[in-house]
Amino acid sequence: MERSDKPKAERGLMRWVDDRFPATQMLREHLTQYYAPRNFNFWYFFGSLALLVLVNQILTGVWLTMTYTPTAEEAFASVETIMRDVEWGWLIRYLHTTGASAFFVVIYLHMFRGLLYGSYKAPRELVWVFGMALYLALMAEAFMGYLLPWGQMSYWGAQVITSLFSAIPAIGPGLAEWIRGDYLVTGITLNRFFALHVVALPIVILALVVLHIVALHEVGSNNPDGIDIKARRDADGKPLDGIPFHPYYTLKDLVGVAVFLFVFCVVVFYFPEGGGYFIEQPNFEPANPLQTPDHIAPVWYFTPFYAILRGVTFSLFGLEAKFLGVVAMGFAIAVLFVLPWLDRSPVRSMRYKGWMSRVMLGLFVVCFTTLGVLGVLPSTETRTVIAQICTLGYFAYFLLMPFYTRLEPTRPLPERVTD
Amino acid sequence: MKKSLLILCVIWLPMTALAAGGDTAGLRSMTPALQDKASLQNGMQLFVNYCMGCHSLQYQRFSRAAEDLDIPRGLVEDHLILAEEQAFNDQMQIAMDAQQSGTWFGKAPPDLTLVTRLRSSDWLYSYLLSFYRDAEQPTGVNNSVFPAVAMPNVLEPLQGVQQRVCHDGDCQLELVEQGRLSPDAFERAMFDLTNFLVYVGEPSRLKAQALAPKVLIFLAVFALLAYFLKREYWRDIH
Repeated sequence: MERSDKPKAERGLMRWVDDRFPATQMLREHLTQYYAPRNFNFWYFFGSLALLVLVNQILTGVWLTMTYTPTAEEAFASVETIMRDVEWGWLIRYLHTTGASAFFVVIYLHMFRGLLYGSYKAPRELVWVFGMALYLALMAEAFMGYLLPWGQMSYWGAQVITSLFSAIPAIGPGLAEWIRGDYLVTGITLNRFFALHVVALPIVILALVVLHIVALHEVGSNNPDGIDIKARRDADGKPLDGIPFHPYYTLKDLVGVAVFLFVFCVVVFYFPEGGGYFIEQPNFEPANPLQTPDHIAPVWYFTPFYAILRGVTFSLFGLEAKFLGVVAMGFAIAVLFVLPWLDRSPVRSMRYKGWMSRVMLGLFVVCFTTLGVLGVLPSTETRTVIAQICTLGYFAYFLLMPFYTRLEPTRPLPERVTD
Repeated sequence: MKKSLLILCVIWLPMTALAAGGDTAGLRSMTPALQDKASLQNGMQLFVNYCMGCHSLQYQRFSRAAEDLDIPRGLVEDHLILAEEQAFNDQMQIAMDAQQSGTWFGKAPPDLTLVTRLRSSDWLYSYLLSFYRDAEQPTGVNNSVFPAVAMPNVLEPLQGVQQRVCHDGDCQLELVEQGRLSPDAFERAMFDLTNFLVYVGEPSRLKAQALAPKVLIFLAVFALLAYFLKREYWRDIH
């Protein structure tokens, strides 16, 4: 039976395809007739850039897999083989290592945009929740990928993080052993992390990307004013302040892509170690289970949460400090998931929220960044106190949100989006 | 104004946490000169003659170095490959057994392929210049960059003998017996050796630097064209 409500091409190959697959319909729904607000600013580049980096990671990752050997004996040497003996191997690897850090740079800016303009608020709760699940999957992906070069920091980083699970009362030690597949991080752990890093998690991430975008296109994009563009339509029912994603935003994003790639390539070609933050110096030594490095620091994108974990130095209610630290760290990530229900403001965008929201967002950014810096450094007494204060600031932003967003007076919303 | 002040605070406050730190003081700075093929060739020769008895470059092939440093294959085979069983395309392995050398020196001499990336070129250069006579050490020498190092000073025939002289806690190394090379020539030789090991740490560095401008110019032109195209389309919007 022919269904007439579907848009189809008039004739030719496209018509042949359209009779069998909703190609034209999908192109319209997601590109040429997907109406995005016309007032996107700088902060709106990072969604498409995240997609670009994802593609980069998958392509370079596939090529790395062709020469990489996931065994404790061969992993480190195989990475050096890639760097020296594989044609363009150095470039493929640096694109992948730099891409990992770039992914988090882009994602953090993308998430900040969400906080700034209230993109998580109704009706976009699921967009945010899928996004957070993506962030979580991405952290697992990055953590497992970091073990693969089998350098000292790879090894000890994995050792420290997997041992966090052993802090859980009763089931902890067994759980840590189950995750590692051994009493310590060993070649067995490397094998399973490899499988998860190249097969399982990429599938999860791709599936979540689809969910994230489908949910977004169902409700439509938010904008810097946080007002609903669908409320005002022209005679044809098109939003007055909306413009088709293609060609307008595909072209605008193309400019963003070019600028991003320029900066990205400067790092790839000239500073692939990223000052010791993208590729850490101790990782140029093969993993040695008998020799703990002086200072173990996770890669920069994990350091805020690591600082929260380390900041808990006291026991409470008979629970160990280490376990409480793990709980605090887990809670710091978990609280992000419920953000849409913490914000009780009648407006979405920071442009129309009150001063309390602005102060709290500023506080949050300062605390998160400070925690990130502290997580890189060896802990001292003063730094622990700073980390504790910043942890309080971090949680205050979220836990006080139901109060300050309701109490503060907001500014009147404009009828139409502003430029 | 208010905005930029806020941004300044957001960037500056976390930085105060970074303020303390940095213990690389006392190292001689060494800026690698990877374009200088003569220096790299000399460095490789020094490495093979003085270091490779004990230290391998297990990830680096002779052929890769020969190609990158413009050393003819014949020269490499005649003068740089000393072990009979090694071939031009082999990695720069050593014959010494790690377990035995571990017993002899207390620690097996480490592989040096990545030493400059692990410790920095400044560190290696300073280390090579900092051996001094110390009767209390089993090898008769010590090193001010790497105290109580297990390595004997194999460079002594070139450098001569240094002594550590301290005045009010401020210690310096003084040459008391000159070797085959003058102090300046020895420093140049150590520069070459360090330079070679910087190359070995990342043989692709020069290729990356050669390719980078082409990629970046392409991207800059592409960005410009993309921008004009975008501006042309967006004319309808505002």
